[in-house]
Amino acid sequence: MPGFHRGDYLLALPMMLLTLFALGVLLIDLLLDRSSKVINAWAAFAGLAFSAAAVHNIQRAFADQAARGEPSSPFFAFSGTLMVDRFAVFFFYLFLAAAAITILMSVRYLEVEDEHHGEYYALILFSVVGMMCMAAGNDLILLFIGLELMAVSTYILVGFLRRDRRSNEAALKYLLLGAFSSGIFAYGLSLLYGLAGSTNLQQISMALGNAMAPGKARVVPAVALVTTAAGLFFKIAAVPFHQWAPDAYEGAPTSITGFMSVAGKASAWALLLRIFLFALGPMRPLYVPILVFVAIATMTGGNLAALTQSNVKRLFAYSSIAHVGYIMLGLIAGTAFLPNPDGIRGILVYLLVYTFMNLGVFGVIASLRRRDIIGDELDDLNGLFFKAPTEAVLMLTFLLSLAGIPPLAGFYGKYFIFLALIESGHYALATLAVIYVAVSAYYYLRVANAMFMRTAGDRVPVTISPGMWAGLAITGAATVVIGIYPEPFLRMVNWSMHVAQNPTVAQLLR
Amino acid sequence: MHLGLFIAFAVICVAGAISLVAQRHPINSALSLIVVMGSLAVLYLLLGAEFVAAIQLIVYAGAIMVLFVFVIMLLNAGAEERTRGSRVAMALGVPGLIVVAGVLMYTLAGHTAAGQDQLAIGATYGPPVAIGRSLFREFLLPFEVTSILILIAIMGAVLLARYHAAPAPETRAIDPDEAGDLLQLAGTHGSAAGARERRRAEHRMREREVTR
Repeated sequence: MPGFHRGDYLLALPMMLLTLFALGVLLIDLLLDRSSKVINAWAAFAGLAFSAAAVHNIQRAFADQAARGEPSSPFFAFSGTLMVDRFAVFFFYLFLAAAAITILMSVRYLEVEDEHHGEYYALILFSVVGMMCMAAGNDLILLFIGLELMAVSTYILVGFLRRDRRSNEAALKYLLLGAFSSGIFAYGLSLLYGLAGSTNLQQISMALGNAMAPGKARVVPAVALVTTAAGLFFKIAAVPFHQWAPDAYEGAPTSITGFMSVAGKASAWALLLRIFLFALGPMRPLYVPILVFVAIATMTGGNLAALTQSNVKRLFAYSSIAHVGYIMLGLIAGTAFLPNPDGIRGILVYLLVYTFMNLGVFGVIASLRRRDIIGDELDDLNGLFFKAPTEAVLMLTFLLSLAGIPPLAGFYGKYFIFLALIESGHYALATLAVIYVAVSAYYYLRVANAMFMRTAGDRVPVTISPGMWAGLAITGAATVVIGIYPEPFLRMVNWSMHVAQNPTVAQLLR
Repeated sequence: MHLGLFIAFAVICVAGAISLVAQRHPINSALSLIVVMGSLAVLYLLLGAEFVAAIQLIVYAGAIMVLFVFVIMLLNAGAEERTRGSRVAMALGVPGLIVVAGVLMYTLAGHTAAGQDQLAIGATYGPPVAIGRSLFREFLLPFEVTSILILIAIMGAVLLARYHAAPAPETRAIDPDEAGDLLQLAGTHGSAAGARERRRAEHRMREREVTR
């Protein structure tokens, strides 16, 4: 009879603390008057800090394990539905950092929009709970509910500006398409359950290993793969399923656009890696061709559509679609049966650096919002250098990093992925990707051109709140430091990769 | 017998779902949804999940549908206008749908029995005891996370639907030169006599409404 022990709760503690603090924020919000809503932000921040401490506690348990000389193995909790391994710990930190920076950047933006409510911070914390379930779930049901928790919080956050028609429209579109894709995803999961008779990822992997044995009909596994993959591709906004992204990114509050594009995307990638590596591992020969097709379509669609955008938020929506294409190459790299460890490492590094640089970009855009100016058209950036030189230089740093220019962080993500591609002999794909990186430099430099070469339409100075300064300082520093001195961060990624796997994946990743 | 019942209720279920989308009046759609829910309950029953089937009928076909119909009545929603829809969607979607449905039917019908091991699903999860046990043992964590999911769904509905006043106009000090004009514009509304006059008019209005 399985009972629950202290260890079970310690592993779920990061999520439990976030939930408690989110409920607390909802309660104290009722006691606060309009002028003191900033206390909500502090409370949410405290929740993130406590949760990070709980994650650190789990991280120490791994260190103890290593000190005892035992081989590192994941910790299971709640009858195996939750599996916290180093991979999950890495993503926990990533989500917490993204949420913290988002909160720093949100306070003033919400005041300007006149929509400063406690629910905003509570929803961010709840969505981080969902993301944690996606990164650490070892059971289809927990993964799916985590995904829905993340997605429903995001739908509400996208529509948070209730008086803004664009925000309403974006939320409705995102909700309808998201519900549809969740349906397809759930259909795929139900087929996987039908094949394995269990919702546990390891059991599914074993059952698929049997089903993929030579001489057996592979049709039902293939249908399960295609539907599951379609649902996942929607969540990461890969090309045939990307139509929601520009609309949702444009309509959402800018701070939330940043949060969606980094934390939402990283969590969807964590889920995708969990499912593709852990459950669907034996089907790698089938899914790699699909990934190749989707990756090429995503890079093409994202980069070409970004060239002609005049709205900065739409431009960066398409740019984030293009980045999904590059990240996907990391999963393609490898042989027919084994993914290349450098490729997986590249994905983790990419998601790490992308978090900082893209949050920085949306922070700058959010800071341009004033009472009378939305600040998300390319023309609104005109002459930013002459109005706010520090901000313009920071923005330039983020742009160059996104384009993958060497001394900056963005370079390392692309470096590992392209390295893995070349190691595993995908020369054509690597060449194509490099060409698209060159194309992407054009639209990033278009933004830089507007900031530095054009004259400003008005002389109103850009005011930046202390929270925004802190957020921009963190993201800017991370972008530069990871670029110049990447070693600790690479060590962190290696640590999370190292023995992070269950036996099947350990064998997959060597 | 089993297969025949399954096919019959699966067809009814899909037909109900299509009717739900195709109907123009919300009430007809809601009634079609009851058909879908009811036939789903029978499908659960065929899988040996009697508790889930009962819950499906009581909660979905019963309680939730009542709420649906109630809301439709409250909003007094009429028939929706027929739109032509997107021609691209029709041109690509209908053939695509047929192809996907065909491939699925062919593969699932033709190969399942031959190539795959048949697994008995649901045989062990039917009775309430088994369901309660798996909910609070194996699936305790997903169960708890679901409660958060429902909480934020409610919170989101309240947040987005709550009446929201237009933003307060920016207050500014009245310019002494402007003040005279403003008072004139406001007419008698500013004075005590005007207020009394207005209250009397309102009172009369209300009386007229009552008599009506």
